[in-house]
Amino acid sequence: MSLSLLFDYLISADFVRGAAMTLAITVVSLLCGMLIGLVLALLQGSRNRVARTFTFLYLWLFRGTPVLFQIIFIYNVLPSFGIRFSAFVCAVLALSLNEGAFMSEIFRSGLHAVKQGQRTAGFALGMNGAKVFRHIVLPQALRVVLPPIGNQMIGMLKLSALVSVIAVQELLLVANQAASANFRYLEALSAAGIYYLAFTTLFMLLQGWMERALNRRRKSAVRRTSFAERLLGVSQPVVR
Amino acid sequence: MSTVPASPLLKIHRIDKSYGGTQVLKSCSLEVAPKETIVIVGPSGSGKSTLLRCVNLLESVDAGNILFEGRDLTRELKRVHQVRQQIGMVFQNFELFSHLSAIENIMLAPMSVAGVSRLDAHDLALALLNKVHLRERADHYPDQLSGGQQQRVAIARALAMKPKVMLYDEPTSALDPEMVNEVTEVMAELSAEGMTSLVVTHEMGFARRAADRIVFMEAGEVILTESSEQFFSGTTHERARRFLDQILH
Repeated sequence: MSLSLLFDYLISADFVRGAAMTLAITVVSLLCGMLIGLVLALLQGSRNRVARTFTFLYLWLFRGTPVLFQIIFIYNVLPSFGIRFSAFVCAVLALSLNEGAFMSEIFRSGLHAVKQGQRTAGFALGMNGAKVFRHIVLPQALRVVLPPIGNQMIGMLKLSALVSVIAVQELLLVANQAASANFRYLEALSAAGIYYLAFTTLFMLLQGWMERALNRRRKSAVRRTSFAERLLGVSQPVVR
Repeated sequence: MSTVPASPLLKIHRIDKSYGGTQVLKSCSLEVAPKETIVIVGPSGSGKSTLLRCVNLLESVDAGNILFEGRDLTRELKRVHQVRQQIGMVFQNFELFSHLSAIENIMLAPMSVAGVSRLDAHDLALALLNKVHLRERADHYPDQLSGGQQQRVAIARALAMKPKVMLYDEPTSALDPEMVNEVTEVMAELSAEGMTSLVVTHEMGFARRAADRIVFMEAGEVILTESSEQFFSGTTHERARRFLDQILH
């Protein structure tokens, strides 16, 4: 293995652009997916039968088919209905729609974790539904959903590699193309792997930071976990 | 104090309420004069809490009227949020917002509903914490407070909207016995200051001390409304006396 070649790949314009593309797809799809998920979770809890049926069908469809299928479907079938998007938009669309289905289940559990009495207390103070949601339900639900959302962040980063099939110039495709030119697969894929690991590490740090920000008061109570512990995922609280 | 003045602050008139097939309130009526403290007693399942929750429209009523300052709340469902701002409520399980500190719990409604500035809300909250003797606990979170302290913060939180009437739904039932007094103490102080109060409780010590009138409920019906002195010096109502004997011994 040539370390200098690996290093060259790492700082090459193609790889940097590919990594930026991977990051962009991940972040945009994640944010859109969260928005879709939140709306779905709220619809699911509504009394409206049409809304509930719609969410049921949505979840059934997007959780029941492979993401790869959804990506290829959107990229190849929409144009035959006259709807033309760039490969990047198709990629983000497919990943967002798919992510929304999973996020809605996460948000649903989060909303469910807020006891009814907390809402009642808000209403009794004269708050309307929107204010109860904004000031009482959402902040409490966020604490519950943050760890699973961290999982989804990392999952999305890895799912983004799938959009290479519709020729979006993301990290894996770039690496594959570079390697196929000179058959230096080890160096090219290692360079891509380093980027993936760097992003994953970044996300984990971000998650840890957000959890601490939401829990700022309990700094002393929560056992401080070392970076290594968090990386290895052995930071689960010990149940005695 | 035992006579009802001509214009009650709150007038509950023949309200009915059913859940599914069971009728939990049967033609309940009650008038509450300004500054009056009424304690509602009765066996569990008699509809006391439901009656209380109907007053601030947390439960809808099937029939009857609830007049608050002369306006029929059952016809003001669109103004329900404004109505509730004038009616404070305290719950059995405190229901402090778990993500907010004691002082933030008190500041939330004035800031988000009444449009009070952060600074003013903070001053108000500190004054209220002082009133419930918890000023030094302002920055504690609910899970860092004892049950009695939590309930006192909950009372302060309700008072922050400057309600015209306070509803207490079994405020001491979830408390360890040694914490009951610190809460009933605060409630009695408020009553003495003229806060109109409607209290569902089994604390006969509090009732004897702070109540102007006692309402006895059973099986969804208001069976007896009597002045506190009369009730405790030996009510003539046989069923009520048996109930009183039961919980005092």
